[in-house]
Amino acid sequence: MPTIIEVSKLAKDYNGHSAVKGISFAVERGEIFGFLGPNGAGKTTTISMLCTLLRPTSGSATVGGYDIIKNRLAVRQSIGLVFQDPSLDERLTALENLKFHGMIYGIPRAERGRRIDEVLELVELSGRRHDMVRTFSGGMKRRLEIARGLMHRPRVLFLDEPTLGLDPQTRHHIWDYINRLRVDEGLTIFLTTHYMDEAEHCARIAIIDNGELIAIDTPEKLKVQVGSDVIVLIADDNTRAAIEIQEKFAVAAKEVNGELSLQVEAGEHFMPALIKGLESRVTSMSLRKPTLEDVFLNLTGRKIREEKLEGMDQVRSRVRSKRRQQR
Amino acid sequence: MKAAMMGIYTLWLRDITRFVRDKPRIISSSVQPLLWLFVLGLGLSTAFVRGGGDNDYMRFIYPGIISMSVLFTSIFSAVSIIWDREFGFLKEVLVAPIPRWSVAVGRALGGSTVAVLQGTIILVVAPLVGVSFTFSQLALAFLIMFMIAFSMTSFGILIAARMHTHEGFQVVVNFILLPMFFLSGAMFPVSEGLPAWMQALVRINPLSYGVDALRQTLVGIKINSIWLDLSVVAGFGAFALIMAVWYFEKHE
Repeated sequence: MPTIIEVSKLAKDYNGHSAVKGISFAVERGEIFGFLGPNGAGKTTTISMLCTLLRPTSGSATVGGYDIIKNRLAVRQSIGLVFQDPSLDERLTALENLKFHGMIYGIPRAERGRRIDEVLELVELSGRRHDMVRTFSGGMKRRLEIARGLMHRPRVLFLDEPTLGLDPQTRHHIWDYINRLRVDEGLTIFLTTHYMDEAEHCARIAIIDNGELIAIDTPEKLKVQVGSDVIVLIADDNTRAAIEIQEKFAVAAKEVNGELSLQVEAGEHFMPALIKGLESRVTSMSLRKPTLEDVFLNLTGRKIREEKLEGMDQVRSRVRSKRRQQR
Repeated sequence: MKAAMMGIYTLWLRDITRFVRDKPRIISSSVQPLLWLFVLGLGLSTAFVRGGGDNDYMRFIYPGIISMSVLFTSIFSAVSIIWDREFGFLKEVLVAPIPRWSVAVGRALGGSTVAVLQGTIILVVAPLVGVSFTFSQLALAFLIMFMIAFSMTSFGILIAARMHTHEGFQVVVNFILLPMFFLSGAMFPVSEGLPAWMQALVRINPLSYGVDALRQTLVGIKINSIWLDLSVVAGFGAFALIMAVWYFEKHE
């Protein structure tokens, strides 16, 4: 598979603090590539550099064969982008948002109408085309943004936290579109997420923490690193239990959020042995297959935390309710 | 170049689309200047008549009120860039394959067109103020309105590009917009009788020249030659636009 994104020692400093510390990787054409990491790990900074919105401090990258510093307009023409925060004009209709997008991307008038129909159809918003965007729900706005990002037939679609703040049903819906796009259009999809279950959809995942790439591989291979099974238990005294497990079974138990997690081979045989041999009082114990959360835990010793609606989204909803009052 | 032209046109069209749709905004931003003109203007003109002046105060402030309407609309629509930034739309534009300068120019043209339309609403009430004009006066008035609008919108974009929160908006109104308006000769004569410091501020205020140009075109009262007026307004507009574009290219 030919590569479509090539990143070499890309770095970004903000006033002496390095947000991205010289990362290198490549993305193949037609794959879903996921950038996984906690908040503030450098995901959005990396995406902003690849989309030419931020100038890197050092290093280089090409997107679709174009240099992100020397050939910015060509990069922009060949990518579609769905931002973490909505970027629609709420005082325009869905149709107008798409029309203006088509215009600034230089799509000829005759072609424009056809493409608008096409993408609205894809995200099932044809019936709402003449409605103001401010009447749309969060999920509809995100779908409209995906439609807009696809209108100029980009070669790479960047999705920055595409399902952040959406309900599970809408998330599922949006993933359906993403998968269909990859299959039907041969589109390359580059997305960032901190939802573990979403990362499972990706062909390959790069795990980023503190501005550094700490792993890059398929979800399956990443999980194999962890071991074949994970046992999670809660003891009366987790610290003592961890020491005991280490001494008797030579297995390291990590304590996170009041739980001990053990990465083992053949867990179904290990568990009975553990129950029999352990003197510490255990209140619960479970066996499961490893997830990407375990991979992240294994690599960093921490969990990726769930993100709440914060920052701009809050300001926005406050401003909106204020405006409504004024009317 | 084609991409840049399309970018300018698109951003212009967006401003117009939003303006035409927002009827409450058109009405509310027309009411204010009409209040100034008919309530404050009529009220003060009786005071001036008692003070021994002639009854021409309404005629005198009429071009000033048009300038006010153009000035306020220009600055407000330019400063809406801050909203675009906060609500994300600016990002969509900045990541599009059009040069940054075309974004600034498109906004400047869109904002100034809207401002001219607002000014036109005040122009319509001319007969009520006792002002009449020929077609060529009207054409010249439109040109001057557009020049004022374009230079003030560019100036507003320059301010907005440097301002990152909407909290700063009140600062703009109090420290830039109102002083500019009060010191422009829109509401009272500035040719003589003012303290020296005030006279100096009037002279360095580019809007004074726009007001003077509009006033001599519509009601025939003048301080400077029309050429000086137009040159200052155009020069200031060009300067503000170049600065705004430069700032936009560098910082957005």
